[in-house]
Amino acid sequence: MHTQIPSRIECGGLDHWNRRTLLRAAAAGTLSWLTPLARSLTRAAEKAPRGTPAKSVIVLWMQGGPSQLETFDPHPNTRIGGESKAIKTTVPGIKIGSGLSHVAEQMQHISLIRSTFSDQKDHERATYNAKTGFRPDPTMVHPALGAIICKQLTDELDIPRHISILPDSWPARGGYLGDQYDAFQVGDPKEPLPDLTKTVSQRRYDRRLEDLEKIVETEFRRGRLQKLDQQKTLHNISIRRAMRMMSSQQLQAFDVMKASQNLRNRYGNTPFGRGCLAACQLIKAGVRCVEVTLNGWDTHINNHELQQKRMAILDPAMATLIKHLKEDELLDHTIVLWGGEFGREPRINAAEGRDHWPHGFTVAMAGGGIVGGQVIGATSPSPDLKSPRPLTNVENPRSIADIHATVLHALGIDFHQEMYDPPIRPVRLSEGKVIKQLIRS
Amino acid sequence: MSKRDFLFIGTCLCGLGAVALSLLSRDPLHGSSSKANSGDRMIADIEETRLRVDRAFQEDWNQADLQSAAGASNLLIARRLSLALTGTVPSFEEIRALQKIPKQQQIPWWVNHLLSDQRYADYLAERLARAYVGTENGPFLVYRRRRFVSWLSDQLVENRPYDQLVRELITADGLWTDAPAANFVTVTIDQNGDNQPDETRLAGRITRAFLGIRIDCLQCHDDKLDQIVLGQSEAPRTGLQSDFHQLASFFGSVENSMTGIRDQSKQAYSVKYLDREEEERVDPAVPFYPHLLDDQGSKRKTLAHWITSDGNKAFSRATVNRVWAIMFGQPLVKPIDSIPLHGPFPPGLELLASDFVEHDFDLARLIHIISSLKVFQQESRADFPVTQEHEDHWAVFPLTRLRPEQVAGSIIQACSLTTIDANSHIFRQLARYFGEGDFIRRYGDLGDDEFSDRGGTVTQRLLMLNGKLVREHTEDNPVTNASTRIVMVTEDNAKAVETAYLSIFSRHPTAHEREHFRERLEQPATETRTQQMEDLFWVLLNSTEFSWNH
Repeated sequence: MHTQIPSRIECGGLDHWNRRTLLRAAAAGTLSWLTPLARSLTRAAEKAPRGTPAKSVIVLWMQGGPSQLETFDPHPNTRIGGESKAIKTTVPGIKIGSGLSHVAEQMQHISLIRSTFSDQKDHERATYNAKTGFRPDPTMVHPALGAIICKQLTDELDIPRHISILPDSWPARGGYLGDQYDAFQVGDPKEPLPDLTKTVSQRRYDRRLEDLEKIVETEFRRGRLQKLDQQKTLHNISIRRAMRMMSSQQLQAFDVMKASQNLRNRYGNTPFGRGCLAACQLIKAGVRCVEVTLNGWDTHINNHELQQKRMAILDPAMATLIKHLKEDELLDHTIVLWGGEFGREPRINAAEGRDHWPHGFTVAMAGGGIVGGQVIGATSPSPDLKSPRPLTNVENPRSIADIHATVLHALGIDFHQEMYDPPIRPVRLSEGKVIKQLIRS
Repeated sequence: MSKRDFLFIGTCLCGLGAVALSLLSRDPLHGSSSKANSGDRMIADIEETRLRVDRAFQEDWNQADLQSAAGASNLLIARRLSLALTGTVPSFEEIRALQKIPKQQQIPWWVNHLLSDQRYADYLAERLARAYVGTENGPFLVYRRRRFVSWLSDQLVENRPYDQLVRELITADGLWTDAPAANFVTVTIDQNGDNQPDETRLAGRITRAFLGIRIDCLQCHDDKLDQIVLGQSEAPRTGLQSDFHQLASFFGSVENSMTGIRDQSKQAYSVKYLDREEEERVDPAVPFYPHLLDDQGSKRKTLAHWITSDGNKAFSRATVNRVWAIMFGQPLVKPIDSIPLHGPFPPGLELLASDFVEHDFDLARLIHIISSLKVFQQESRADFPVTQEHEDHWAVFPLTRLRPEQVAGSIIQACSLTTIDANSHIFRQLARYFGEGDFIRRYGDLGDDEFSDRGGTVTQRLLMLNGKLVREHTEDNPVTNASTRIVMVTEDNAKAVETAYLSIFSRHPTAHEREHFRERLEQPATETRTQQMEDLFWVLLNSTEFSWNH
């Protein structure tokens, strides 16, 4: 038996030779001038996004692992192509799966990273990897992209700034940044929001709150920390936030039923379609990150038919979302990120399905200063599936961490900065490298 | 509605009223005297260790020039114990039973009562399982988490010596169904790879769970931050990448076969170290205390004996730290799996670890000792200004947020006058199971990372203010809900308030609280008395006092 060391060290620091250790080493020797210079050179090498950075992100999360061969990277008429067909898009030379005809019309806004890879093949671990940009680490929980954005870009809203619509088993979490950065979870937007409706009259509710504060909380605070609420329990703070949210006009941003019937039809009469419409409305209201989940992509059997069914839901929703954002002049400030935890294997199995495949799959990005109409990397139409190094079948491989670094960079966030996971470990927001072709210069 | 319907409803209500009335007056638990006697024996047996640990903390407080808090009431201590060992607050029924026991015997009696309850074994098994196998779903078919937790629960019922339990976890052979302990290994099987157990995940898991040491970073490279100190106490050294892989090599011969987990002795473990060109064979070795290694015939057995040997204090310290964390809500050394191998150690850790080894790794005894300590039995508040330093030195009982399942379980238990346990009606147990599951999903499970202080989110607050679980357990329901049943069986409003406080807070109300809520019940404006009691339950459930361990 043998074990593989990950090709890149991602357990908390860039090979643990981070700023702190470099400073220590530099201070010990006579090279103290080198560290700041090296640092500034590193930063200068990354192009800053031109103009105003992006402000928010919509993650279209494809739980289960969508097939790159049926969606954005078809290889029709090859031994790995299956029944998939390719169609032209608005960008000459870029073809995508035939089930995405509406999305094809928005291709000028979309770039495809067809050479994405990860080192996780299990759903739970790969989801962690895709949502946080790090391998699962038993000693810490990394924050999801939305949590980092909300931590870095501070502003005030009555409603949560990080929202997960139709969450599956592993919604985006705040990780070491704290539970306050967890995504607020909601279901199908046509249903009422959970836990926001008072169950008794306003008079009774007010009296309950008064008794809670004046009698019970007052008694509990006696003989304890002076700033118990601020420093520890957050009781009053969370009650105030809940009350503010319960009575906020901003809640209307969740309500898709007020949108015109025509617009709702364009998104598709599906929970995912309504989720995308709600995401657009929420971004307009000032929310920083919305994750909308479409599950059911885990097609170990009957791959082609099942992927087509998923694409029938995805296609109008994703295309309308991009178009709607553009019409409302939100697209320049909003990154739309599409992807799942991995792709699907080029080989079709005995059950006409495709199994998990993290060695070259597609992630799509649009808006927010991302240059559209491009393809980054490529997968081979005739890969050597027996190769012990499957990435040799991929041109210009880009890691999940690179996707994260690119998104954070487009948002104007310095992802090199170190956060401190308690108690001692410095951790960067991302260990990836910016995909420079995607950044408008 | 016919007369017979009225008669039937009346009979049901009378019956429920009689049951509730009996709970408010009777001694509901049996066998009190024998448990009280065993409590006496336990007090005598653990006295020496208790005194030594108490002295160690007192010396620490003296050095830090800190006052310590006064003793807490037995009811409050009982609440802490129930939360730690069963995951819920005590039921009103249990509180009435405790009050019948002579005061000086109450706590050891209570510990015995809980340790002999199936809820203890089931709850602790789940808590320990998080350290052993995490919370992930794991590989399909070859990993059976429920079976594993159920097996752990059986070991706890028997109070099996902890070293034996751990040895079986590490060395178990066979199928995941027939040999549930083997799930400790099968959870690491990579079904999308070579379909074999992952030696590196096992190495990381055993060091964190059983030795209280984090060496996961060494999987990829040597320690460059001087954070991982290994070697002998007289010659400590920084951790090396080889330390990790030599430990992982003990699992190099494990394989997943048609007959389940087994050792294939000819199988070797190899790795390509950082900055080396070639993969190389790595033989098993331990990163400290090599003199404790004793060949047991197989690599896994040799490792298991080394980990659990009497001389390997890292093992007993890690166990004490974990049990301490479960009882207090936070570990003695933080993070729970990062105990410095060569110290310094906080007061009490070495004393408790030595006692644990000397008494055959007896978990029940360890729980008895911790529950008897001054640090466990003191108040979380004081009549002097309390600072964070007091909590850091354990000079007051620390405030910790209850875990999601503790909140859910406590809502359900506090709103029922009777104990919900394995003897409860199946509908009650099912209602609890589904009610808790739904609540925890929204409240947010802590996963493996269960001792970090997290929470206070708007989602959690909304769930408590307006959520289904609180509403269903406080609304008018004469069959299941304590709030309705209390007003049905007593017209004495002061007694009704008292019962609500005991059910939810496990304490009596202060005079001010009693008077305030008594007046509320006596002057129903537009609400009925039942609605006023429903409001009282809602207020208490939404308080900090309810959702924190204190």
